Amino acid sequence: MDETLAVDLRQITKQFGTTLANDHVNFQVRKGEIHALLGENGAGKSTVMCMLSGVYRPTSGEILLNGAVARIHSPKDAVKLGVGMVFQNFRLVPSLTAAENIVLGETHQVWRTKAWMARKTAEIEALATRFGLPFNAGRQVWQLSVGEQQRVEIVKTLYRGAELIILDEPTSVLTPGEADQLFVTLQQLRSEGKTVILTTHKLKEVMAVADRISVMRKGKMLATLDRSATDEREVARLMVGQDRQEPRPRKARLKGPTLLDMRNLVVIGDHGRHALEDFHMTIHEGEIVGIAGVAGNGQKELAEVLAGLRMWKSGTITFRDTKWKGASVRHSIESGISHVPENRMKSGLAGSLGSVDNLLVKSYRTPARSKMGFLRHAENRLWSQGLVEQFDVKTAHLDAPVHHMSGGNQQKLLFAREIHQRPHLMVAVHPSQGLDVGATDGVHNLLMTLRDEGKSVLLISEDLDELLLLSDRIVVLFGGRVMGEVTHDAADREHLGMMMAGVV
Amino acid sequence: MELITQLLIAAMAAGTPLLFATLGGILVERSGIIQLGTEGLMLMGAVTAAMTFLATASLPLTVLMVLLVTGLMGAFHAFLTVTLRANQIVSGLAMTLFGAGLSAYLGKKITGIPLQGAVPKIDLGWLDPVPILGPVLGHLDVFTWASLVLVVLMTLYLYHTSWGLHLRAVGDNPATADVMGIRVQVFRYGCVILGSMLMGLGGANLLMVFSPTWIEGMTAGRGWIAIALIIFARWNPLYALAAAYFFGLLDSLGFRLQLAGSPIPPYFLKMIPYLLTIAVLIFVGWRTKHKLSGSPMALGVPYIREQRF
Repeated sequence: MDETLAVDLRQITKQFGTTLANDHVNFQVRKGEIHALLGENGAGKSTVMCMLSGVYRPTSGEILLNGAVARIHSPKDAVKLGVGMVFQNFRLVPSLTAAENIVLGETHQVWRTKAWMARKTAEIEALATRFGLPFNAGRQVWQLSVGEQQRVEIVKTLYRGAELIILDEPTSVLTPGEADQLFVTLQQLRSEGKTVILTTHKLKEVMAVADRISVMRKGKMLATLDRSATDEREVARLMVGQDRQEPRPRKARLKGPTLLDMRNLVVIGDHGRHALEDFHMTIHEGEIVGIAGVAGNGQKELAEVLAGLRMWKSGTITFRDTKWKGASVRHSIESGISHVPENRMKSGLAGSLGSVDNLLVKSYRTPARSKMGFLRHAENRLWSQGLVEQFDVKTAHLDAPVHHMSGGNQQKLLFAREIHQRPHLMVAVHPSQGLDVGATDGVHNLLMTLRDEGKSVLLISEDLDELLLLSDRIVVLFGGRVMGEVTHDAADREHLGMMMAGVV
Repeated sequence: MELITQLLIAAMAAGTPLLFATLGGILVERSGIIQLGTEGLMLMGAVTAAMTFLATASLPLTVLMVLLVTGLMGAFHAFLTVTLRANQIVSGLAMTLFGAGLSAYLGKKITGIPLQGAVPKIDLGWLDPVPILGPVLGHLDVFTWASLVLVVLMTLYLYHTSWGLHLRAVGDNPATADVMGIRVQVFRYGCVILGSMLMGLGGANLLMVFSPTWIEGMTAGRGWIAIALIIFARWNPLYALAAAYFFGLLDSLGFRLQLAGSPIPPYFLKMIPYLLTIAVLIFVGWRTKHKLSGSPMALGVPYIREQRF
């Protein structure tokens, strides 16, 4: 028995139906360290974390906590054993206050008197201050920013007595500045003797904060390394399985004529406030314009306006020398804008339909696809087959529901449909979200090809690396306004991060 | 003064059945389940009350039978929607149609027989000198008092106890509640059963106090109004009190105008509460377009704990 190990997983296997999510995983975390679990999407990191926190039970294998075999059959068991997990999508009740969320589940006090709540709030605030995690405990959670919500989650685990704190992809929702602050907090936790595990697929973070690094790929644990004894390159090679191919060289670009011109645009968001305020942007033919910013600063609304899904309140939009009168999806499609939406399964594809129907939804009106209101069935199948092959979409057969496909293949199908429209402008929102490295490279290639053919791309992404790699220009949005703009060559990460946080 | 008192008495008399049903609906929906069976449950409550009282002449027995019958119907809805995760809308509508049909069949023999001396009043004559409210509160029946107590209890429960907090969490985000060790299914079963019982009590109240004779379909859409009132009251028992009395007032106003020989056809007067229901939904929808509507966020969504094995 080794008392210095906070976590010791032995030969853990986890099977979902026929897929093996974890294959004889061994994983050891020392007490009082920050341990990063690194891997691609679908490598099995989250599965490991979910077993530690009682959401899943392993199919076989042993979990040891602090040297003793642990029986974790429910989230409640995990809490009792001092394991606290911060899920990627937070487990908070939006209509309750932060303090109420933290004390939720306590039953030894029946009456919630003001005095009791005040005492608890003070207790929570003291705890929060001690670990440098400030938030307003009396506020309802839906009014807090994402960063604050994450702090509430961390304090919740501490309040419930966690010694081992697990964070699943904690930085995916934060600005670079907020992420740095989180890392300071993690170090603070370590200095108080807590053990921290974080899962991530971002290499830079790992190198910045972790003491030790474990790498997983395809359900297997490959290695555990000391940060001081390794470098980014080695870790990257382990994670991906090979050296990443060099990005294709960037062709020089001739600045084309203006394609899109947006002036003084004001757009109202779902929340009833101004999502875009006095927004200006021009896009020329043959360039990729990246939009950087933390989620919720107007990117979604910008994409929706261009796709014809959302009306703007004032300002002008001129596309290919025509001034737009109002929002119309059909008008947007017909004037040559294609849209790769943020959530491909929500507004991009119809999950239970097959590839043919999904490819048809934007072109079924054309004479090539239908005649007098009836679909040309045989032609459409041939046409779909061609597209599926051309874009290398792997599907069991043409009519198999698309929700059975992997995320990468879904995205390829979506791109096939959108590129087939011969767009003048492609609006791509988080195009590589949830894709593995290979699929991401594929998507990037498609976007670069469009650019080199003289088409334009509006790339909305939260992944700075992606923006830096692809964009000819990067426009930073903050609070619905343009904070600034940088060209490809002049872009630097730190400056962008400050602009994203609204500092400069 | 006299007029205000009279209107208030009339509003409370017509509003109390609505209040019971609305409180029941709030309890059910706070747990995240939709119960559209209100109309059927009210009818079943009414017919059960009529039959039991005509047979036994005992108020406690009558109330007990109503609770039993509607509680069973509620348990069935809970089984379908919580355990089997059936469509909540369909299950609720089925319950309304079933309740309407069965109550009509059961009530055939007792149609038109008036119930006499069914519900005692609590006489607080010494309150009479208090202006306006004195004469109102001095002569209320036990059902009305029970509904008032219920409003207080539910408010305390929802906003001032741990269990109330847990219930709100279950209705808003069952996955979170589950991770925090709250038993989602237990809360849902309990709320659906208790809430359905309250809806049944609303029907019994309508029959025993407001119009003490069983007639087929006597609820006349009150169950549906109660469902709209849940939204109007923003799932808050105190607001439900105000909303129910307001609708009670409209209901009795129509009746009075008719008696006074108003030139407006009585059909139009009877339409007012339903028209107002639509107006209320438009108003609430408009006002909450960009905010949390107060609706439990997981309303109508069955909860499945993440796959475990």
